[in-house]
Amino acid sequence: MDAIIENLPRFVDGFLMTVRLLVVSGTGALAIGTLVAAMRISPIPALRGFATVYTEVLRNTPLTLVLFFCAFVLPYLGIRLDFVAFALIGLTLYTSPFVAEAIRSGVNGVAVGQAEAARALGFGFAQTVGIVVLPQAIRMVIPPLINVLIALTKNTSVAAGFSVLELVAVSRQVIQLNGNATIAILVAVAVFYLVVTVPLGQLALRLEKRVAVQR
Amino acid sequence: MSVLYDVPGPRSRRLSLVLSLVAGALIVAGLVALVLFLAAPRENAGGVEQPGMLDPSRWVILNDRAFWRAVARGLTATLQMAAAGAVLALAFGVLLSLARTARSPFVRVPAIVVVEFFRGMPVLLLMLFILLVFSSGAYWAGVWALALYNGAVIGEALRSGIASLPRGQRESGLAIGLTPLQVRFAIEYPQAFRQMLPIILAQLVVLLKDTSLAYIIGYPELLNIVLRQGPTTFGSQFFFTFFFVVWAVYLGVNLLLSWLARFVARRTSAAHGSARRARRTARVLAQLGGAGVEGARGPDERGSSGH
Repeated sequence: MDAIIENLPRFVDGFLMTVRLLVVSGTGALAIGTLVAAMRISPIPALRGFATVYTEVLRNTPLTLVLFFCAFVLPYLGIRLDFVAFALIGLTLYTSPFVAEAIRSGVNGVAVGQAEAARALGFGFAQTVGIVVLPQAIRMVIPPLINVLIALTKNTSVAAGFSVLELVAVSRQVIQLNGNATIAILVAVAVFYLVVTVPLGQLALRLEKRVAVQR
Repeated sequence: MSVLYDVPGPRSRRLSLVLSLVAGALIVAGLVALVLFLAAPRENAGGVEQPGMLDPSRWVILNDRAFWRAVARGLTATLQMAAAGAVLALAFGVLLSLARTARSPFVRVPAIVVVEFFRGMPVLLLMLFILLVFSSGAYWAGVWALALYNGAVIGEALRSGIASLPRGQRESGLAIGLTPLQVRFAIEYPQAFRQMLPIILAQLVVLLKDTSLAYIIGYPELLNIVLRQGPTTFGSQFFFTFFFVVWAVYLGVNLLLSWLARFVARRTSAAHGSARRARRTARVLAQLGGAGVEGARGPDERGSSGH
């Protein structure tokens, strides 16, 4: 217990780094993911093809390999940034196809009759999607999107392997100095993660129930 | 999703073609820029010019049998960890779903806590915990962490699979004199497994991808052997080539498994859909007195976002 209280400032620094990774790469992934999802349902075949390949390739690449690419291969190719920036790029890239898939499945989840009715009223593609389909899809998309963010929270820990001082990396450092308190330190780190993931999970569950009632 | 837009007429077909060409040209331009960037010669720290990444001298390693033996060794280690983790995860998942659906709250509540705890933990942290607390060595730390995390996810999938079965399945099992446990294993699990197979397979792809986390705790798997040890064994000028090979191997294995998952999903959902459609058609036929009506397709394809 003493080891945790003594090193609390370091843990808080690590926690703040984890939160920073989550917020920045989460925002980036939402932006890119929305764009990719829009490409995926667009009437233009070239964009559809590009979005499909992008999603499939990134979804089937391990996060460790993506971060390895950012942290070691990009510098090898002559791109110089600090490790935090590389981790942010890697996490954003890795998360974006999952965001795109969540949004796409939400759009697919809107009853076909809705889009058909809009088409029957003479709406174009932009009107059908913008006025009728998206407002309904967003409601259904929010719970799975929160699940993507929960996964991202846990995925930020992989950055520990690539010289980013977040929670897991800090715990490794502290354990090296306090070998006798290993269990307590790791449990403390687990609690830090649960502080983020459990409320998010509850939020997703509540929203899911509300959406279910309204339909 | 073609319902979102009309069958294109001549004008919108032309517009779509033009936009498609423009977008295609942009994508090709991006790829060309990437290739030019990779092919450009670069200088090392000493200012000596070195060949670009696409120069043949950087790819001759692909002719080296020793290199491919290293790749095979790495892939074997990765698949071995994935297989051991998958078997244990399935066993743990069955056990957890059994405990979560138990009648006694003394079994059910701890199971809920265990599931929620392991699902909310980063796999890397679990690996670190097992490695440091049980000093189990990197291999078993990786296997057990993967088994615990994915077991919790699979357990939840199985539970919801059992919950979605019609009550009559269980009741008729009990009525013919089976014990509750026999009903679980003889009647409910086979159906829940079949129903949840796509989700379970998708989770196994996640498990396979996550074996690469063991690289961080020092287990010699594909990434570690080829990308970490490769440059010192075979020469660092091949670094980019090594990355490319590892990427291709991971993509190949994962796409194969993902494709299998999708194939299974389509087959099971087709079986369900046709049964439902057959019932509906029968009802409609009874009402109309024999006129054939084709049912509209419902939007029941929804991706799972667990990863």
